[in-house]
Amino acid sequence: MIQFQYTRATAAKAALDAISRDKTAMFIAGGTNLVDLMKRGIVSPERLIDISRLPLTDITTEGKSLKIGSLALNSTVAENKTVQQKQPLLVQALNAGASAQIRNMATVGGNMLQRTRCHYFYDTALPCNKREPGSGCGALEGFNRMHAIFGFSEKCIAVHPSDMSVALVALDATVVVDGPKGQRRIPFIDFHRLPGDRPEIDTNLLPGELILGVEIPDNRFAKNVHYLKVRDRASYAFALVSVAAALQIEKKVIRDARLALGGVAHKPWRLSEAERALVGKPVSESTFREVAQLAMKGAKGFKYNEYKLKLTPNAIIQALKVASKLV
Amino acid sequence: MKFFDKVIGDPMNRVDGKLKVTGAARYSAEYQLPNLSYGVVVSSTIAKGRIRSIDSRAALRAPGVIAVISHENAIKVPGWADNEHPTEPPTGGRPLRAFYNNRVYSNGQPIAIVVADTYERARHAAMLVKAEYEEEKHETNFEKNKGKAVVPAVVKKNPKSGLADYERGKADAYKTASVRLEAEYVHPSEVHNPMELQAITAYWEADDKLIVYDKVQGTKPTQQAFANEWKIPVQNVRVISEFVGGAFGNGLHNWPHETAAIIAAKMVKRPVKVMLTREQMFFMVGYRPYTWQKIGIGADKDGRLTGIYHEAIGQTSSYEEFTESTLQQSKMMYTSPNIGTKYRLLPLDVSTPIWMRGPGEATGAFALESAIDELAFALNIDPVQLRLMNHTDTDPEKNLPWSTKYLKECIQVGAEKIGWSKRSLKPGGVRSGEWLVGYGMGVGTFGAHRGAAAVRAKLLANGSVVFQSAVTDIGPGTGTAMVQIASEHLGISPEKITFQLGNSDFPQAPNQGGSATVATVGSAVVATCQAMKERLLEMAPSADKRFANLKLEDVTFDKAHLSITRSPSVKVAYTELLKKQNLTELDVLQDSKPSQEASKYSRYSFSVHFAEVHVHPMTGQVRVKKVVSCADAGTIVNKKTAANQMIGGVTGGIGMALQEDAVMDHRFGRYVTKDLADYHVPVHADVPPVEVYFVDKPDYIVDPMGTKGLGEIAIIGVAPAITNAIFNATGKRIRELPVTPDKLI
Ligand SMILES: Cc1cc2nc3c(=O)[nH]c(=O)nc-3n(C[C@H](O)[C@H](O)[C@H](O)COP(=O)(O)OP(=O)(O)OC[C@H]3O[C@@H](n4cnc5c(N)ncnc54)[C@H](O)[C@@H]3O)c2cc1C
Repeated sequence: MIQFQYTRATAAKAALDAISRDKTAMFIAGGTNLVDLMKRGIVSPERLIDISRLPLTDITTEGKSLKIGSLALNSTVAENKTVQQKQPLLVQALNAGASAQIRNMATVGGNMLQRTRCHYFYDTALPCNKREPGSGCGALEGFNRMHAIFGFSEKCIAVHPSDMSVALVALDATVVVDGPKGQRRIPFIDFHRLPGDRPEIDTNLLPGELILGVEIPDNRFAKNVHYLKVRDRASYAFALVSVAAALQIEKKVIRDARLALGGVAHKPWRLSEAERALVGKPVSESTFREVAQLAMKGAKGFKYNEYKLKLTPNAIIQALKVASKLV
Repeated sequence: MKFFDKVIGDPMNRVDGKLKVTGAARYSAEYQLPNLSYGVVVSSTIAKGRIRSIDSRAALRAPGVIAVISHENAIKVPGWADNEHPTEPPTGGRPLRAFYNNRVYSNGQPIAIVVADTYERARHAAMLVKAEYEEEKHETNFEKNKGKAVVPAVVKKNPKSGLADYERGKADAYKTASVRLEAEYVHPSEVHNPMELQAITAYWEADDKLIVYDKVQGTKPTQQAFANEWKIPVQNVRVISEFVGGAFGNGLHNWPHETAAIIAAKMVKRPVKVMLTREQMFFMVGYRPYTWQKIGIGADKDGRLTGIYHEAIGQTSSYEEFTESTLQQSKMMYTSPNIGTKYRLLPLDVSTPIWMRGPGEATGAFALESAIDELAFALNIDPVQLRLMNHTDTDPEKNLPWSTKYLKECIQVGAEKIGWSKRSLKPGGVRSGEWLVGYGMGVGTFGAHRGAAAVRAKLLANGSVVFQSAVTDIGPGTGTAMVQIASEHLGISPEKITFQLGNSDFPQAPNQGGSATVATVGSAVVATCQAMKERLLEMAPSADKRFANLKLEDVTFDKAHLSITRSPSVKVAYTELLKKQNLTELDVLQDSKPSQEASKYSRYSFSVHFAEVHVHPMTGQVRVKKVVSCADAGTIVNKKTAANQMIGGVTGGIGMALQEDAVMDHRFGRYVTKDLADYHVPVHADVPPVEVYFVDKPDYIVDPMGTKGLGEIAIIGVAPAITNAIFNATGKRIRELPVTPDKLI
């Protein structure tokens, strides 16, 4: 940890001003990720701008969408009646994350921007291109049990650890941000990046930008959703693989579908092709098996995460079965 | 409310429960001495080599920093001989000496300590210390080096050691049995992660007088160790360890950060407090070692065992030899005419392991109890039956009768309570919705040890009694149990009794460990009560002449009064006697040691654990749904704290079976799972209802209370109960712990 200045912003504008004046500054919201990173010497901001008191906590419905402020707490969102009614998939994903104590501190914006849990990223004594570009990827030939099977590069095989984001990408959410370029809207699917040559950059949020909130368009999935998180213990563990599944079913036929994976890529992994393949098909285990195979196209395992090549399709089938109430 | 007439057995609340839940209990890192400073250890980032230089300039410039101490400037510890350290491994070796020279023997080894005026400043400055190394090739990979395992030095020195190769009948007789199998079992290193981090506050009162508030399992052994290190009289060292937030074995050894703090305190001439970080716990304070095992087992067609062969290789460090009784259970648990065991060590460039709850036995039981289950399956015999058939009625290893053994009763009760009759012999035969349901069992045993100890008791004029012992309470509720034993044996209600512990100024007690504390210190409490009663009886005639010439057997000591048993109306209060004699207190010190008689028996505690486990066939997730544990541990002094021990042991066993895994990246010789987000232990959602049953029959051969140890058998046999249940659910036999979902899909 380094010595740092601390200021608390009371308005979004003030927060944006403060960050534009200081290149070494960072926002802090719940602090559940950032403080850990600072203690381990992974990031060293010289100024913290506390945004946790900004009035960006509202959860409202506007037109045909649900708006959630970036500083709403994970637990508040999960307990909100409107969210439970309109977007139960999001609620399930939130409740699958971390622990009750952490969800009581963690914010929506902070959750999206949490860094990978890759062991090599977290240990300054080990190589990691994400933490220290050019130092090498420790995981590539190391202990990569938790790592990516999709979309990785030679430089980085880390995964994004957020559960909430898997639901948000499935639900066609949009991220609303403000900053040097003014207000802009980023489709959730474009919010996180693949590592490519620049694994140190997790998202397409620009320096100095503040997340104001997310918007989720209304949908007809509420009755048939499931967030399945496969993990090493019953609670309080990051996903080995997770699946966000949302179906619109009429007379046992799938009319519309959303499907995304967590724990398999550098970003929440939307399965658009598999979704299209579901549409028009009958609800049945064989439909789900076919789709799961399709979803795995292009997947590749490493020494310790080969199992994901089997676990992932299994999890997809299982999530679809639960969502469609086959079990 | 009392469930029993006797105080012993009463599920009394912990005497220090309120102190603990209100935060009033002080742990080693919570002593605020005047002029206190804070030390943060800097750890090596290579596994083997030499430190070329340590750059502490930036750290020294950082605010609040008082000193940066390393081998470059540390004072010499007088008790350390001046030879290069260590000698060629494995020699039995010697503990790592902090800042002794520039050698690095393992990753994460302390190489410097930064002392500052606040903890945060020390921690910050510690990150600024930079070391340059001359790296040497390290070996940390157990599997790769397995062939280099060696006979332990203790065996070379003493061929009669319990760790020597053992043969009864023919070691390889199993090979010709009509039903036989061979299997290998592996479990990874499991790191000590009690809630309380390792911490010490060290203070030199004078140049040759040291006080430490230290998280240890024995104040006396620690006192002796530091006196030897600093070559000062033993009474000049005071070790205080009043509360210990879980230790499980890691406080049975003094670790380099402790000496680092003492060196620092000497150099900065202020008290220094050091608390390890969670990550440092993985590298410095011991762990259950990575162990490979092989079992060969054979039986005749009816299931009578004809041979067991059990081999183990445990990991140790390059400088110290850590051994444990991994194979003990195989020598005495089952009636096989032919038994062979072989124990080896593999020294690697890692830190030294240490006992972890149910130490070697829990490791060995995983292999043995799995193999028994595998054999039962091969024989198509119920595993309960197979164990009962091959039950030993006397100790076949020592050829002695058991002091007591109620394992059969435990197995019968446990089988009934788990609902064993629902189990199908064929794997995968029971389902609950989508989930596969399995039942498994595992037996555990651990020596019922008792050592020597002394206890002081002071009866005060107000009728209260203060007991003192140097023993620590690492969590089982030692103070509570001792109050109960004292109450029973002195005839004074528990509220009037205080049991002071965790201070080396108090009378001799060994380490709290090996499940021996109740037997050892409890016996000394009984002896002291006895001595106190004798003194009271001597004094009694001064109050009432009718007590003259009576013997202890003629007198009843109850409700703080002596009375003549045959004429109970003749009675006098203990306090009355003090008054009569003009005493402000009555001070008694008594020691106690195991009886000769005990050596004519083989003394063990026994347990059996039954588990019902559900496995999801698609995701491989395992849910332990119910555990039933039955223990034969002699008299149960406190039913509540004893059940608490058992539940804790089962929880540890769930971690061992399903979760705990200290993974090392051998390219760097460094752990990669080294915080509690990556290194999993069970959370509440993983721990099902645990039903605990005690035989509760006294074993007076072990000690006068009739107790046998409980702490270790609480975990020994749990992991195989779970993995056997997984096999019963799925037909998959996973011989490498932990059984995570990826191994079951
Ligand atoms: C032990 C543990 C287990 C966990 N398990 C899980 C799990 O299973 N699943 C899961 O999904 N998560 C898990 N988490 C992660 C947790 O969800 C995140 O730490 C949390 O969501 C981060 O939110 P925060 O508000 O505390 O963010 P902070 O730590 O305050 O900030 C994180 C980052 O986001 C930036 N930031 C925050 N808000 C904004 C904003 N509005 N605009 C721009 N930048 C912003 C900060 O500058 C910082 O870089 C776990 C965390 C821990 C410690």
